[in-house]
Amino acid sequence: MSELRNPQALVDYCQKIRATTDPQQRRVRACDGTGCRALGSRKVLARLQETLQEAGLADKVEVVPTGCPGFCELGPLITIDPEGISYNRVSVDDVPAIVAKTIARGEIIDGLVFVDPVTGQTIIHDHELPFYTRQMRRVLALNGQIDPTRIEDYIAHDGYAALSKALYAMTPEQVIEEVKRAGLRGRGGAGFSTGMKWHLCRQSPGEVKYVICNADEGDPGAFMDRSILEGNPHSVVEGMIIGAYAMGATQGYVYIRNEYPLAVQNLKIALGQAREHGLLGKNILGSGFDFDIEIRVGSGAFVCGEETALMASIEGKIGEPRPRPPYPAQSGLWGKPTNINNVKTWANIPLLIKNGSAWFASVGTEKSKGTMIFSLVGKIRNTGLVEVPMGISLSELIYDVGGGISGGKEFKAAQIGGPSGGCIPKEHLDAPIDYESLTALGAIMGSGGLVVADEDTCMVDLARYFLKFTQEESCGKCVPCRIGTRAMLETLERICAGQGRAEDIEYLNEIGQEVKRSSLCALGGTAPNPVLTTIRYFGDEYEAHIYDKKCPAKVCKGLIIYEVVATLCTGCMICARNCPVGAIAGEKGQPHVINPAVCSRCGVCQSLCKCDAIVVH
Amino acid sequence: MDFEPSKLVETIEKNGADASLISVLEEIQARYRYLPREAMILASERLGVPLSQVYSVATFYHAFSLTPRGKHTICICTGTACHVRGAMRVLDRLGTKLGVEPGGTTRDRQFTLETVNCLGCCALGPVMVLDGEYEGQMTTGKVDKLLKSALRQAGGGG
Repeated sequence: MSELRNPQALVDYCQKIRATTDPQQRRVRACDGTGCRALGSRKVLARLQETLQEAGLADKVEVVPTGCPGFCELGPLITIDPEGISYNRVSVDDVPAIVAKTIARGEIIDGLVFVDPVTGQTIIHDHELPFYTRQMRRVLALNGQIDPTRIEDYIAHDGYAALSKALYAMTPEQVIEEVKRAGLRGRGGAGFSTGMKWHLCRQSPGEVKYVICNADEGDPGAFMDRSILEGNPHSVVEGMIIGAYAMGATQGYVYIRNEYPLAVQNLKIALGQAREHGLLGKNILGSGFDFDIEIRVGSGAFVCGEETALMASIEGKIGEPRPRPPYPAQSGLWGKPTNINNVKTWANIPLLIKNGSAWFASVGTEKSKGTMIFSLVGKIRNTGLVEVPMGISLSELIYDVGGGISGGKEFKAAQIGGPSGGCIPKEHLDAPIDYESLTALGAIMGSGGLVVADEDTCMVDLARYFLKFTQEESCGKCVPCRIGTRAMLETLERICAGQGRAEDIEYLNEIGQEVKRSSLCALGGTAPNPVLTTIRYFGDEYEAHIYDKKCPAKVCKGLIIYEVVATLCTGCMICARNCPVGAIAGEKGQPHVINPAVCSRCGVCQSLCKCDAIVVH
Repeated sequence: MDFEPSKLVETIEKNGADASLISVLEEIQARYRYLPREAMILASERLGVPLSQVYSVATFYHAFSLTPRGKHTICICTGTACHVRGAMRVLDRLGTKLGVEPGGTTRDRQFTLETVNCLGCCALGPVMVLDGEYEGQMTTGKVDKLLKSALRQAGGGG
C-alpha cells in the first residue's frame, strides 16, 4: 500500500474498498473480544474455518473476527450476513449445523437464536435485539461490525475522513471551537470541558507539546476502554491525531493497562497500518503536519489513571500524583504542555468533527451532551457494554437496556463510578444520568462502570470492598489518603466482623469528609464516596450490623452461621469431606452437623451440597 | 531460568538511549517471571539510575515481583462483578488447596496464586486465569476439577 498523500487519495481509496465489497456476500462476524474469547470463541472460530474448508465453502464465505459488540452475557456471539442472523452462546459443537444449515441454505437454527426472557418472543436478527435497539450506538457503532485489524474496514466506514476535514478544511482554532461548541466533556469521569482543555493546551507557550490517551482503565467493573481499543482502535488513533493538530502536538502516547494484552496488540497493528498509509508519522495525508504515537504499557498501579501519576509513570518514575497547578496543559509530560483525555473522549472526536457540533449536541441534557458508555455488571440480566444518550434514567438503563435483575431478585442499588463512585438506591431510579445529577446523589459519572446490587448484596460489605481496593491502591504520598482510608477500612472491617460500635457511623462520616477534602489527588478525593453514599442511603444496614449484630444480606462472615437442615440432608458426606477446617460431622446416611465454633464460613459446603440442605442464618 | 547478564545488556542496548527503566524491568520480569537482584543492579549501572530508584519502581508496581514465581500462574479476578458473584470463595478454596496466600508461591515453585482487580470479563464472573487461559463462572467445585488436571500436568511435565 502506498501512502495517501492528499484528501482525494483517501476518498478514492475509500470508494475503491467499497466497490470491491459485495454487501450480499455471505459473511460470518464472530466476536473476538476478550469476553467472548474467555467463553471459548477462539475454538469456535477455528472450528468454523475448518468446517468451511471441509465443506468447500472457504472461498465463498468470509469470516470476520470483530471486536466486542457488547452483549457479553450471551457470548460467544456470531452474526451471519447478509441477513444479520444472530446466534448466541455458540459452542464448537454447534458449528457443523451452522455451516450446513444457515451458511449453506439460510435456515435458522432455533436453539441458537435469542429468545426474549420477558416476552418469550424469538428474535433472529441482530438489529432487532432489544439490547441494541434501545441503545444509541455512536462510539460503539463499528464494534462488532468491522475487523479491527484491517484499516480498510475502518476507512470503508468513512474512517479518517474527519482527520482529512480537520487538516484541510479547518484551522486548529476552528477544530477547538467545534469541540467546545459540541459541549463534549471528559469521558474519563471528571467531566471537564474537552474544548476548554484543548484551548488551554494550545495557548500554552512552547514548541514541544504532547497528547496522551489515558487507557489505564483500572475501575473494577469497567471495560469499555478496552473494548474500544480492541474493537475499533483506529477511532482512538484518528481522534488523537485531530487533537494533536488542534493543539500543535507532535508526539502522542497511549498509556494502557498491562492486563489488556489484546487491546495492546490491536492498537499496535492499527498504529502500524496508519503509518503505512501515511495517516500517522511525517507529513500526514500530505498536509505537512507531523505526529506520531507510542504505546506505554502500565505496570499495574491503579493510581496511574490519575493524570499526573500517569505522566510520572511514562517518564519511568513511580506513579505518584503531584499537586495541581501547574496543570498538565501548562506543565505536563517532561515539563511540556500536555493534554490527557480518556479513550472514549478521543473516540468521540472523529464523529464530532465529521458530523459537526450540532449533530453531537443533538442528544443529551443541557449540560451533558452526547452519549455515554456504561458497562452493566453484577446482578443484572444483560451483562455487557451499552451506549445510551446522556440523561437517560437509571431505570431505563437497568430495566429496558439491561433486562432487569438476574434471577428474579429485587433491585437494591446501582453502584456507579467504581471505587470513586457511589451507590444509588431504588428511590432514585428515575434520576437522569448526567454529570450534575449523579454528583448531587453522591456518586460520579466516573468511567461508566455500573454494578447492580440486589437483595443478596450487603452494602456494608460492598463499601468495605471498595475501600479495601482504594486503600491498597493508595500510593501513600499524602497523609489523608494513606491513613484516612486505612482508618475507615479498619472501622468497616470491624463492623463486618460484628464488632461495630455506636459511634462508628459518625466517625466514618467525619473522616470520610476530611479525606475527600484534603487528599492530594482524585483517588483519595473520591475514595470515601462508596462509604458515604451507603451510609446515606442504607444506614439501616449499618445499624443492623452494629446494634443487632446481623447482616441482612447474609454476607458478612462474622455475622452469619451455616446450618444443615436435617430434613433435607441425605448424609452423602460430600460437605464433610470437603470442609477445609473439619467443622462438619456426621455418619454416612445420617444428617450432618456443622460446628459453628470451628466453621470458617467459607461456604464450600453450601456450594457443593446437592440437596440444598445447607442454609445461612 | 538462570540470570544471564549478556541478555540484559542486549535488552538495554536494543532500547538505546531512550531505554525507560520501567520497560527494561518489564522485560526482565517477562523473561524470568521475577526481578533477580543481579538484574536490578545491572539495570541500575547500565541505565545510570540509582539502585534505590530501581528498587522504588520495582516495589511500587504490582507487575513486578522480587521473589521467584511459580511455573504456573493462577490469577483470580476480584473485580466488583466477580466479587458480588462469589470470587472470594473461589480464592479461599484455591488458597486452601494450594496452601498459599494470594501473592504466594507453592513450595515446589509450581504455582503462584494471584489476584487482579478487574479483567473486564464481568459477564463471566467469577473469572480465573490459569497461565493465560480464561475460565469463567468459577465455582469451588470447578476449582477442584481444574486444579486436579493442572496438578496432573505439572507432575507429568516435571
